[in-house]
Amino acid sequence: MTEAIRMDGVEKSFGSVKANRSASLEVMKGEIHALVGENGAGKSTLMRILGGLIKPDAGKVEVFGKDVTGWSTSEAISAGIGIVHQHFMLVPTLTVAENLVLGCEPKTRFVMMNYARAADDVRELSNSTGLVIAPDRLVSDLSVGEAQRVEILKVLFRGAKILVLDEPTAVLSPPEVRELWAVLRRLRDNGDTIVLITHRLDEVVELSDTITVMRAGQTVARLKTSQTNPSEIARLMVGREVSLSAGKRVHPTTRPESPRPNQGLEVRNLAVMGSRGIRVVDGVSFSVKPGEILGIAGVEGNGQTELIEAIAGLRTVFAGDVLIDGLDVTRRSVARRHDAGLSHIPEDRHRRGLILEYTVGDNLILGLERAFSKRGIIDRDQVMDNAQREISSFDIRPPNPVLAARALSGGNQQKVVVAREMGRDFSVLLASQPTRGVDVGAIEFIHQQLLDARAREKAILLVSAELNEVLALSDRIAVMYRGKFAVVMPSSEATEESLGEYMIGTRKGSAA
Amino acid sequence: MNPISFITQMIRIAVPYLFAASGGVVAERAGIVSLTLEGFMLTGAFAAVVGTNYTGNPWIGVLAGMIGGLIFGAIHAIASIRYRADQVVVGVAINLLAIGVTRFFLKLFFASSSNSPRVAGFGGNIKAAGFDNPLLWLGLLSAPVVAFVIYKTPFGLRVRAAGEHPDAAESVGVSVNRVRYVAVAISGVLAALGGVYLALDQHQFTDQMTAGRGFIAISAVIFGRWDPVRAAFACLLFAAAETFQIQLQGNHAIPSQFVEMIPYVLTIVALAGVVGRAVPPAALGKVEA
Amino acid sequence: MTESSLAAGTQRTFSATPWRERAEEALLPPFVALLVALVCGDLLILSYGQSPANVYRLLLEGTWGNAYGFGQVLYKATTLAFTGLAVSFGLRAGLFNIGGESQLAAGGFAAALIGLALPIGTPLILALPICIVLAGAAGGVVGAVPGYLKTRFGAHEVIVTIMLNFIVLALLNWFIAGHLHVPETLHTPEIHAGFLPRLADLDADFHGSAANLALIVAIVAAGAVWFYLFRARGGYELRAVGLQPDAAEYGGISVGRVWMRAMTWSGVIAGIGGINYVLGYKHYYEDGFASGAGFLGIAVALVGRNHPFGVLIAAFFFATLSQGGLAIHAFVPKQMMDVLQGVVILAVAMAVPEVRSILRSARRRSDA
Repeated sequence: MTEAIRMDGVEKSFGSVKANRSASLEVMKGEIHALVGENGAGKSTLMRILGGLIKPDAGKVEVFGKDVTGWSTSEAISAGIGIVHQHFMLVPTLTVAENLVLGCEPKTRFVMMNYARAADDVRELSNSTGLVIAPDRLVSDLSVGEAQRVEILKVLFRGAKILVLDEPTAVLSPPEVRELWAVLRRLRDNGDTIVLITHRLDEVVELSDTITVMRAGQTVARLKTSQTNPSEIARLMVGREVSLSAGKRVHPTTRPESPRPNQGLEVRNLAVMGSRGIRVVDGVSFSVKPGEILGIAGVEGNGQTELIEAIAGLRTVFAGDVLIDGLDVTRRSVARRHDAGLSHIPEDRHRRGLILEYTVGDNLILGLERAFSKRGIIDRDQVMDNAQREISSFDIRPPNPVLAARALSGGNQQKVVVAREMGRDFSVLLASQPTRGVDVGAIEFIHQQLLDARAREKAILLVSAELNEVLALSDRIAVMYRGKFAVVMPSSEATEESLGEYMIGTRKGSAA
Repeated sequence: MNPISFITQMIRIAVPYLFAASGGVVAERAGIVSLTLEGFMLTGAFAAVVGTNYTGNPWIGVLAGMIGGLIFGAIHAIASIRYRADQVVVGVAINLLAIGVTRFFLKLFFASSSNSPRVAGFGGNIKAAGFDNPLLWLGLLSAPVVAFVIYKTPFGLRVRAAGEHPDAAESVGVSVNRVRYVAVAISGVLAALGGVYLALDQHQFTDQMTAGRGFIAISAVIFGRWDPVRAAFACLLFAAAETFQIQLQGNHAIPSQFVEMIPYVLTIVALAGVVGRAVPPAALGKVEA
Repeated sequence: MTESSLAAGTQRTFSATPWRERAEEALLPPFVALLVALVCGDLLILSYGQSPANVYRLLLEGTWGNAYGFGQVLYKATTLAFTGLAVSFGLRAGLFNIGGESQLAAGGFAAALIGLALPIGTPLILALPICIVLAGAAGGVVGAVPGYLKTRFGAHEVIVTIMLNFIVLALLNWFIAGHLHVPETLHTPEIHAGFLPRLADLDADFHGSAANLALIVAIVAAGAVWFYLFRARGGYELRAVGLQPDAAEYGGISVGRVWMRAMTWSGVIAGIGGINYVLGYKHYYEDGFASGAGFLGIAVALVGRNHPFGVLIAAFFFATLSQGGLAIHAFVPKQMMDVLQGVVILAVAMAVPEVRSILRSARRRSDA
């Protein structure tokens, strides 16, 4: 067996962020190799280095025995590496054929593009690989599955012998997934080598011959698929000790609050449209009572983000209702939802949760400006007092209210967001990936805050890709899979294994 | 008002717009904002007069104009691509710079604050109504040639990719920066030719003689939805309105100021999408780090 | 794109002195631009066979060195301050207002009309506020159009304001040329009320210069803009929309309403600028009086780094260049200043992203 890819001791940092530390990869020719790991584990970076999009800081890369460390995209393409990106690199306003030949356009005798040749080439390739697509269709008209076919054809067109697919089934429907698997198997049987970046364990088990597991920038294991199982893979992927205080009730802190009707959150038959006409949230119904934490588990990309955005007012609802404390807020603005008692810890604190150029103090009043101003003018003393108070209660470091938010570490930035959202007069809290990118100490702290809120009879909807977190904090757990709740169960009945099966779709239930 | 004389005058008025709009289409389709057409045009006009004045040969003037456009195009490209400066501000800067540079050299070479000496031009046979001027024909050809390049050549394909989805182009090994440099250079040369025509037709350069024509050209690009042939028709449309107003001067049918406004009003209408939306190339104005 | 997800899970440390960071990023570009301008200026002067040192000395003498020159600088700086404030106000909300030229003209026109409509002898205490309000309103109307089109249709304000410049100026030209002009000229008759006293009236040294009390209005306007942006709740929301519209939306701020407000008030500020010429200098509206001040306002905002006080300084700088050109005219044509203006704007535009990326990578290297 020839070695197709060998990567050893690869290091790559982006600023102070170490994306790859001593990462390695070994793939034999003619096999389907799965590269698995959580978000941020470093898989994409490693592949981008392989594809020549970025250069490693250290380490060696060998392709078919040749040292190619630090090469360029064009060199990689000529050597037969073809990357099929997760976010398609297709120009929507051009046709399939045009996208395919971009960069290596066939010409006629005079300067002109040979469109006929391009179309023929597409058809020929289409037929030989079984990836059928008409060459003159506009990419913007294609379905997701069809667009992906074009992406794959694109790399094959350039003579790719090693295909790297980055989360290819993230956006496909089940029949399209099966089609893709058939294509990949056919390519492998033809002698091509395939690297599959995924965190869908069912794919890994079904398709791959060998597996590499990455965690926190490093390679932690190299396995033969036939000799392992999903739980072992999952354990290797996650493998982090997080001290949690599951179920421990905390003394509620005294805070002045206005009396609320206190009916919690209710969501009825919610549907949200995504791109290309698919329902990313497809008829979800549930309620969260005051004093309860409902945790939504699930692999990212199954509609959790859109669900939260729809409840928060940041995305239009296609059908269904959202009620906060009995008030229908489905078509109301974000501000009105705040007034109705909603708080939201967003999953992307850099984009949504904070204005990085604003000071910590100013970020702590985002969305609350009215409460902190008198007659249209912001009361700076009040803002400062509030900032000092929150900084000390939440142990935000460095404890400087006039520091720009951009200067804080991820964990402290998240504490600013949490401090603000908890400090609001709310009855329903949406917490989306609340401890992502946060150091262990801050994670514990934030968990304590969530439990504290529950003790104060708040209704909390928690969405997290960290199964441990969901298990530790929730009273009830729902698993979201492809836009629907696959199951809802009390947390006492839930285990990692059982939840995992719902998460990867191998078990289907009826949502409570 | 005789239809032949209407059409011939309309075409003569349209030529600078046609040149500049064709150039603007190329650069904007590649993703670079082209508010600079006015400045390119003015530079071309001045350089043409300088070239013709010192050699007596208008073709040298044409060459000089093209070089002037190329230089300013290079400045635009370097500032916007290499230095990632805000392309709108670069546009304002280049237009001001063109005014300043042409004024400065007008003083230096010709010791005047307002106009250059008279120079030779092309054509001149009244009966030919301007059609003996080779530049006029080049102007009419600029739109179909640009259309051909954009839609039928590999370079044009890369231009379109660079303006819509530069990441996709980079991922297949196309150097988006190089494509953009060339596209902006082309826009510089073409827009400058519009100025060359203007100056040689009037046989003289006067301060700020382009008087907003570059902005009418960019309006034509937008109104034509960034398609060279549609932009060319927009140019003709705007020129027709101007001709209409000139030939009806005595009638006071519509005041000249309102005719002046037509291209601009139409462009706003196109942007607001009242009659179908004018959607720019997706990557217009954004240069990746 | 992929970077932010990669950044998750690890610490990020930055310099703990935020003021110094911000000061560097803010002040270096204009400084660089100044250097570039000096070098270009040297070259241009040398091409005329003159000595740069002599010419610069003459420039300073002619602008700050005597009261008349200084007065002229103040006069020009006043208009530029208004247009610069207008552009920077829009930019703070993330909007590019290129319509300063027409908003300024509309404001001046309105001021002239009111000045004519008021009875002769109306005291300034009454006339001035009315003129200011209506000049602002006129500018505000012109500014509101792109604001509305952006909010409702997503039409890009850059193109709309450029188009509107031509439309409004043509309209005003039609009014003047057709109906309101004094024969043989392109200006309105002299106003009856609203005369702003010249600085020369207060201090005889300024005799002959156009500087007038509109200068005070400009300074007050800068103060008001500063107060609004950095002390008012509306300003907090406006800056939030300009810095991070997604976060502003998340926080419940109505981005569309902020845009509308920003464009309208930007127009208002530019409109009020019209009083400098109309009420303080010529006492009539003249077609084309704006003469590029709207576009220069963009340069002023850029060099002033979008801060009201920076804008005042930048306005002063550009006015000095402009007046300086006249002062050195015997040695080097004033056209040199036109070139320098363009060079400065280009240099600042190029310096801003370059300085930012150099500083950021230097900081990252020192932190890693």
